Amino acid sequence: MKMSPENTRRTLFTLILIGVALPLIFKLGLPIESSENVQMVYDLVNGQPEGSHILLSFDYDPASKPELHPMAYAVARNALERKYKIVCTALWPMGASLCADTFKRLKEEMPGIEDGVDYVNLGFKAGGIVTIQKMGSDIRDVYPADMSGTPIGELPIMDGIRNLTDFAFVYSFSAGAPGIKEWVMVAHDKNKVITTGGATAVSAPAILPYINEQKQLHGLLGGLKAAAEYEKLSGHIDIATSGMDAQSIAHLIIILFIAVGNIQYHLIRKRKRGE
Amino acid sequence: MKRRIPLLIAFFVGILVIVAEFIPHKPFGTLTGGLEDWFMIIAGFAIILGQMNLIKVHVLKIKHKLPNWQYFIVTIVSFAVMVIFGLFWGTEDNAGILGAGTSLVQSIGSKPFDYMFNNVYQHLSASMFSLLAFFIASAAYRAFIGRTTESNLLLIAAVLVMLGRTSLGSFLTGWLPDALSFLHLPNLAEFIMKYPNTAGQRAIMICAGLGIIGSSLRIILGIERSYLGGE
Amino acid sequence: MKMLLNLLMLLGLCSAWAAGVGFQVFDHPNDDGSGIDLKWEYAGADIYSIQIERKTGNEDFQVIATVDSGKNSFLDTNNISAGEIYDYRISILDADGQSLAQEVGRAIAKAQWFNTDKISLLIMAIILSGAIIFYIASARSGKDLYIRRISGLDSMEEAVGRATEMGKPILFVPGIMDLDDMQTIAGLTILGKLAQRTAEYDTKLLVPVSRSMVLSAARETVKESYMKAGRPDSYLPDSVFYLTDDQFGFVAGVDGIIIREKPAAIFLMGAFYAESLILAETGFTSGAIQTAGTAMPSQLPFFVAACDYTLIGEELFAASAYLSKDPHQLGSLKGQDVGKALFVIVLAVGIILEIAGVHFLKDFLIAH
Repeated sequence: MKMSPENTRRTLFTLILIGVALPLIFKLGLPIESSENVQMVYDLVNGQPEGSHILLSFDYDPASKPELHPMAYAVARNALERKYKIVCTALWPMGASLCADTFKRLKEEMPGIEDGVDYVNLGFKAGGIVTIQKMGSDIRDVYPADMSGTPIGELPIMDGIRNLTDFAFVYSFSAGAPGIKEWVMVAHDKNKVITTGGATAVSAPAILPYINEQKQLHGLLGGLKAAAEYEKLSGHIDIATSGMDAQSIAHLIIILFIAVGNIQYHLIRKRKRGE
Repeated sequence: MKRRIPLLIAFFVGILVIVAEFIPHKPFGTLTGGLEDWFMIIAGFAIILGQMNLIKVHVLKIKHKLPNWQYFIVTIVSFAVMVIFGLFWGTEDNAGILGAGTSLVQSIGSKPFDYMFNNVYQHLSASMFSLLAFFIASAAYRAFIGRTTESNLLLIAAVLVMLGRTSLGSFLTGWLPDALSFLHLPNLAEFIMKYPNTAGQRAIMICAGLGIIGSSLRIILGIERSYLGGE
Repeated sequence: MKMLLNLLMLLGLCSAWAAGVGFQVFDHPNDDGSGIDLKWEYAGADIYSIQIERKTGNEDFQVIATVDSGKNSFLDTNNISAGEIYDYRISILDADGQSLAQEVGRAIAKAQWFNTDKISLLIMAIILSGAIIFYIASARSGKDLYIRRISGLDSMEEAVGRATEMGKPILFVPGIMDLDDMQTIAGLTILGKLAQRTAEYDTKLLVPVSRSMVLSAARETVKESYMKAGRPDSYLPDSVFYLTDDQFGFVAGVDGIIIREKPAAIFLMGAFYAESLILAETGFTSGAIQTAGTAMPSQLPFFVAACDYTLIGEELFAASAYLSKDPHQLGSLKGQDVGKALFVIVLAVGIILEIAGVHFLKDFLIAH
């Protein structure tokens, strides 16, 4: 029996839907092990002295939320546990509200943390790479106040922070441009600040070349799997880990369909040869 | 004359930006930043042009009752609703013409614009992105057919990466002894991504970079004029 | 003595150095005179923070920053003017704010006329640009230049012919980035050539864009092409239209157009991100003949899988030269090839040197 291309697509789409939905409801608990790039990020985040300032840039929008938001939780939670001072920016307009959402949830988990003291959301600034360049010379020029309008001079967390070089490292949660590449070009290449980040799985391969001997990029969290690995390393199993079961099953279905497609192709070819 | 002036602007600005890359001294050092600011200002004003065009094109389609004209009403209404909500009650941090909308915030939990953004826009946007999962599946099904030696290699690499980049890889080959750890699927996937994949990506990036340099020079020198509508 | 010190600083020979803290103050190199570098070396268990003060002339010292104990350098870019002399005082503080050590230093801010970090970049730029300009000149003298076939571009005639026969439109998407991206400009140059063909065959052309600046540029390009083809009356300004700046809003809009209009041919030429496969797969299911071109490495596999023809990286930028067969433009492609050969040689030499443990070429090529 040969299925029409339209029906094949429909079957495939239905199976993917079921394959993704079921593991989200019924957890499988498949094993997760950390990779080198994730370990690099984890070691960097955990290797700074207490009280260090770090910059997290939320360069994504709701479309990439399923992949990048779990990373944001995991990294920000880990940094707060290490008692770092987190300064947040956004190069994407929606990034600012996603940052607010991250800290809203973390504040419920850690009621002791205080806005303006332990973390601050400086909000979105347009301009992409130009904005980063300006932050390289003076962050107060770019952000005279935080999201809620408090002047930057009145924020205890901003004491001693003038430009990018005052941060122990810069971390970009990146869904495209402007994102990690721009941070690498300005924060690392120009200002010599350690730069790391997380990207969607689909864009990670294009960013991997920046993890090189010069450490233009200090490790990378690529996609949901990396977020799950980070959760495991930091000892907080959360949404990324449960999402990995769904992703694993979806991959398995695609592989099975590829196998079916290949068998079908070779059977047809064999039949044609026979004729 | 109409074409000569844009060409001269392209030439002078192009040369200036190249020179400024190597000279940090004023005024060259600040020149690129200034030009980028100009671009942003012009782009800001151009947004109005885009919005006007959107309204004009869609209103005309509704007016002339072109095929599927009902869809265009949805666009216009959605556009108007978001503009009105933003203008009258503002967004999370900004007040609108009618103030901060405190009573509305009390009844629906957030300002109307933010409410729509969080409860409608975010989900529509994520739905469009999630289509990718289905389309990747159907594209992979078609693309990974082992017809030739090269496509067989591609097929094997794809399957290894797909297994290795999920928990399945650890699940299937986690039992391998340390001596055979290079065969462990996550390690194989990591190897493929780190070496052959990165090498290919770099080659494409270098060649694309050369292409960009060549195109930029053609534009600066006025040889390439297609973007102005000319040969 | 002070004059001598100032003179030495002007010559860049000395800044300040103090034994206790190892405090050094010097002009930030390769800038426009807007930065002063501070470095110190102080190790101690009690160190909690480092306070930095600054003054000019006869003013009193003012605190400009307090940095974490882990830091050993600071770049001061706050209101620094070229030619001014700045005095700095660094205080190593313990947890109670008591000073453990203190040193002063002085430097003069200077603007440089050449960024020495970029020598390697300049050399590469000169060689590459020289090669391109040389071949443009040699093409001008009438030398015949060969260019290999790019089937993705040859398909343009086929696509226009098919659309004309079927009486269906052609859809062209110049990516989702703005005019400051070279890929968008490359896309518009291809649009110009395509619009000329559609004008000649009187085929309907649809160009949805996601940026307002691209809207005006694309309109101008299409309009000029119709005029050049001698069909200004056939030009419809609304054939080029703006949808939205939002990535997935734009995808939804274009997918809707593909499903409703069922274009005979689709061209996706420019910078694309995650939307590439959504557009290309929708186009595939609609049965259109699809040609894509992008320099985004991560999106190329999707286009290769879902489209009939794909322009990979530099092919997108070569399109204009290929389609026009203008010898000057072809000359520039030849120059690019010389550049490519040069890169291959430098890469090969670099790999051999690195294996041999010689790092000077790598160190030289690292542009900051």
